[in-house]
Amino acid sequence: MSALTLHRADGLLTVQDLGRPGHLAEGLSRGGAMDRRALLEAAALLGARQPPAGIEMAGAGGTFTVSAPTRIALTGAPMRATLDQEPLRWNSTHLVNPGQRLRIGALQAGVYGYLVPAGGMATPDWLGSRAAHLTIGIGQLLSSGSELPIGPDPEPHRPALTLPPDPRFEGGVVRVMDGPQTALFDAEVIEAFYATEFTRGVRGNRQGVQLEAARRFTSGHAKGLASDLIGPGDVQMTGEGAPYVLMAECQTVGGYPRLGTVLPADLPRIAQAAPGMKLRPVHVTLKQAIALHQPEAEELREIAARCQPLVRDPATIRDLLSYQLIGGITRGDDLERE
Amino acid sequence: MAETVLTPELLPAGADGFVLRFALTPEPRAMAAARSLADRLEAAPPPGTVEIAPALVSVLLRFDPARTDRETLAAHLRTVAQEIAATEPRMPEPSRRWTIPVSFGNENGPQLSDVATKLGMGEDAAIREICASELRVLTIGFAPGQPYIGLLPDAWHLPRLSELTPTVPPGAVVVAVRQIVLFGSASATGWRQIGRAAFRTFMPERREPMPLRGGDAIRFAPASAAEIDALSGEGDRMGGARLEVLR
Repeated sequence: MSALTLHRADGLLTVQDLGRPGHLAEGLSRGGAMDRRALLEAAALLGARQPPAGIEMAGAGGTFTVSAPTRIALTGAPMRATLDQEPLRWNSTHLVNPGQRLRIGALQAGVYGYLVPAGGMATPDWLGSRAAHLTIGIGQLLSSGSELPIGPDPEPHRPALTLPPDPRFEGGVVRVMDGPQTALFDAEVIEAFYATEFTRGVRGNRQGVQLEAARRFTSGHAKGLASDLIGPGDVQMTGEGAPYVLMAECQTVGGYPRLGTVLPADLPRIAQAAPGMKLRPVHVTLKQAIALHQPEAEELREIAARCQPLVRDPATIRDLLSYQLIGGITRGDDLERE
Repeated sequence: MAETVLTPELLPAGADGFVLRFALTPEPRAMAAARSLADRLEAAPPPGTVEIAPALVSVLLRFDPARTDRETLAAHLRTVAQEIAATEPRMPEPSRRWTIPVSFGNENGPQLSDVATKLGMGEDAAIREICASELRVLTIGFAPGQPYIGLLPDAWHLPRLSELTPTVPPGAVVVAVRQIVLFGSASATGWRQIGRAAFRTFMPERREPMPLRGGDAIRFAPASAAEIDALSGEGDRMGGARLEVLR
């Protein structure tokens, strides 16, 4: 087993994968990465068929070393990253050798960055997932000085790849479909909701994100409503009519009425909107939502087809002669051809 | 009182899910209907089913759009739900029964006397009524493994408190609106605490971390505070709970 040593944690770091689906009836929500697309991007870059578990870094990263050569993918919210002081391109893979110091610094945009080793984090799993679910006491915040087990990189010398950035780190338009309780709101309230530009509030965590606006969005049916199943993406109105978008670690049932559900494709945009960013909901019909629905396996194949060889500017390479310069080409659609 | 027929609604929940809802409010008949529907779907999941999760008065079904036709599935779900609503829905027979020791009153149930007063009976009579009630796990949620249990007799339709109790301990047995919640971990609550169990509804390291299932029958067995303290010390955190498989 190889190890990834976290010398110093600067942000809030947890191990995350795609979580534990299938336990709603037992009161356990899926959990997993806040920006699931970032894990799919890491999998595509690393040539993995399933996203390996990685480190979700909220706010800032940390300083790392490895015990064996391993490729890493850096995805999600872009952060300033260096390997022995050489700047590293975000949304790309890089080979890290023992003795080299990987520093992942402050966010440049967004909220959650991801560091995914090619062999995946090999920390203990529970119910088929290694994802930390802090609200129920599963896993923990990674602390400075911890030596974390990782799986061996099956192909450390596979050419480095990069992905063009998928802009989702500055807020923007999020598509919302009707949910089981949309009809509990008056047409005028729904109309006002879709006419409002919200500010991502300061309240937000892995359970939910607050959308701020001067207006309130209440339902006349909120009182006495039976608790119902809730899930990530649901736009829940508190008693005062303030909207929260439920996220990865939300509870499984709730009594507040929900005006609609953000499409899974746009949840990364909400997760990555830093406080103060503008978010504007746009209504989509059920028919549109069905047409837009994409299984994650398919999304992974699509992302893999967009991977390109990472070409470095020779001027920034100090030890040019140590590089093997002709091996870095792949078609970028390896997953599709396999 | 003549009751109208329940009218189940089939509602989209995302592009790959449906909610079948029997009522908006926690009506007993709708609870029985939701449990009946969940049992029927679990016994024979329609093709393409990914997950079935019942709440109090509704059932969520997630499906894989690649493995089923949405309209066919919707028609099937509507038919089953209407069949259940057309009969007088009753809680289906339980397949398992738990007997869970609870210490009622005093420091383990600081609000039992208040509850008994509201019901116009003595504390002992209130305990007897709880322990004699045919109770079921109505749904599980809020926290992993945490049950909503009911329904207690009509007189127990006590409103939630307007002031939250800042914290009740793990194992707290609390009541409101004819229901009982058995808290898995320390929690704030607007319900009244009448007892405490040593049984833990969520223990990650246990082979079955969330032992209760929706529909399980629940019987509370009165125990002394000393017995609950002793049971709390046992490693498996089952707190002396006994499980019988009925069918």
